[in-house]
Amino acid sequence: MRRKISLKPITLLLFIVTFVTYSQEEHGHADSGSDKKSEVKAYIQHHLKDSYDFNLFSWTTDSGEEKHFGFSLPVILWDGGLKVFSSSKFHHGETVAEVDGNYYKNYHGKIYKTDAEGTINYDAEHHATNEKPLDFSITKNVTMIMMVFAIMFFMFSRMAKSYKKNNGMPKGMGRFLEPIVLYVRDEIAKPNIGEKYYKRYMSYLLTVFFFVWIVNLFGLTPIGMNVTNNIAVTLCLALITYIITTFSGNKNYWKHIFWMPGVPVPMKIILAPIELLGTIIKPFALMIRLYANITAGHVVLMSIIGMVFLFQNWLGSGLSFMLAFVLAILELLVAALQAYIFTVLSALYFGMAVEEHDHH
Amino acid sequence: MEKLFEDFSLGLFVWQAVLFIALILLLRKFAWKPILDSVNDREEGIKNALDSAEKAKLEMENLQADNQKLIKEARAEREAMLKEAREIKNKMIEDAKDEAKETANKLIAQAQESIETEKKAAISELKSQVANLSIDIAEKVVREELSNKDKQVKLVESMLGEATLN
Amino acid sequence: MEIPAIVGAGLVVIGAGIGIGKIGGSAMEAIARQPEATGKIQTAMLIAAALIEGIGFAALFAVN
Repeated sequence: MRRKISLKPITLLLFIVTFVTYSQEEHGHADSGSDKKSEVKAYIQHHLKDSYDFNLFSWTTDSGEEKHFGFSLPVILWDGGLKVFSSSKFHHGETVAEVDGNYYKNYHGKIYKTDAEGTINYDAEHHATNEKPLDFSITKNVTMIMMVFAIMFFMFSRMAKSYKKNNGMPKGMGRFLEPIVLYVRDEIAKPNIGEKYYKRYMSYLLTVFFFVWIVNLFGLTPIGMNVTNNIAVTLCLALITYIITTFSGNKNYWKHIFWMPGVPVPMKIILAPIELLGTIIKPFALMIRLYANITAGHVVLMSIIGMVFLFQNWLGSGLSFMLAFVLAILELLVAALQAYIFTVLSALYFGMAVEEHDHH
Repeated sequence: MEKLFEDFSLGLFVWQAVLFIALILLLRKFAWKPILDSVNDREEGIKNALDSAEKAKLEMENLQADNQKLIKEARAEREAMLKEAREIKNKMIEDAKDEAKETANKLIAQAQESIETEKKAAISELKSQVANLSIDIAEKVVREELSNKDKQVKLVESMLGEATLN
Repeated sequence: MEIPAIVGAGLVVIGAGIGIGKIGGSAMEAIARQPEATGKIQTAMLIAAALIEGIGFAALFAVN
């Protein structure tokens, strides 16, 4: 319990740390307002993007030299053979990395195959046309996913062990986690899926709930990367929900999709494609909802934090700070709420797939 | 929509899929199953304990009801016995009273009877004595009369006037 | 004159906003009427709001 309470002050502290890093960055060029505005914008865009190194903070020295503090991550490419090298070779996108006679350049957060000079060719719409190797790098987001993986495994396997040691009662962290696990079981799985089938989906629902929640919370800390604002991650989660729904669909479920009972035949023919489309739209909405909520939350929060530096007076900056503080607390709620919504809707779809009713 | 496709990173997707599915499988084996089983066991245990408590309570109530019934019966029995005893007592008193009355009546009747006979005897004796007396008187009167006729008559008349039979 | 797609997205967002507002208002009324059913009403409210929100996002991303 104590752990949870202490989370908010920690988050607040970390936000203050962000302000400090911001102000450090601002010191370099106290130029015109529009310059600062575009700088804030660029920073937000950079923050939302994945990156090949774990950059904790960067600053520019008085001489205009960019300094970065953080650590490099391995880059793994498949380009006619496995290529593994450290992202430090890119020097934060400034230089071309040479591996086994091939040249790669990190251009706007994507790796392109180039010549020795790192020339990027553009098409008419200013999109890079260079060849892109298959990229399985351990990026910042992947590192975060691995961290959450480790944290969750550690937390819950320890909790499971504490039951055995303590005569069927949880101990320590389990005391706090057990009500949440029971909440997922009693308030999400049981009412939406039904008493009969809910057990098979518990593993997925619990994992997805805690994964999304913890990942969202990490996204609110400046050191962490918000993993769920990547469409690839939410697509993966939604796809698993879709696959589980499709494979657990019973006769009744498919009958309701292809041959809706209780309506006239022409309507059945019209409804079938709509219902079929609906099965795809549902997980698609699930994917977009999580992605958009987290992205929008971060953009708004960071914009308001950026306003603190744009105003440059006590009143405006103070108000922006207050607003950012309130919003940060709201985002803490959103982090849990989105995890909850994702889990509830997944459970709802599973419930639809296994529902048995012949009262039509 | 275009931006979404542009942002999509296959590498991240593959990593997420692999790690997430591994996480589901690992947690299912090492966490969710033991946790949910333990919770289930505990809930079952609590439910069983509650059930048995309920049962014990019911049994207790039954026992109490039995006790109550026994007490009631005993009380009713005692009541009945007391009532019977009272009735017997009353009856005995009544009987005794009746008997006494009867005996008294009998005695009284006897006494009256004997009184009557005594009285009769007394009267008859009195009569005979009166007769004797009368004879004596008559004798004397006769004796005297024998001397004096007038005087004799006068005496008888006066004597008869005096000696009234009660 | 051609109407830009973002205007349509804006209209969808307005619609979604009204929808979510109505859901929230009705949920409040329902809770006021039956405070003992607060949990169930909240769950239903969140699910309905999430479904409408999905439409809003779909519109936004369709034009983006």
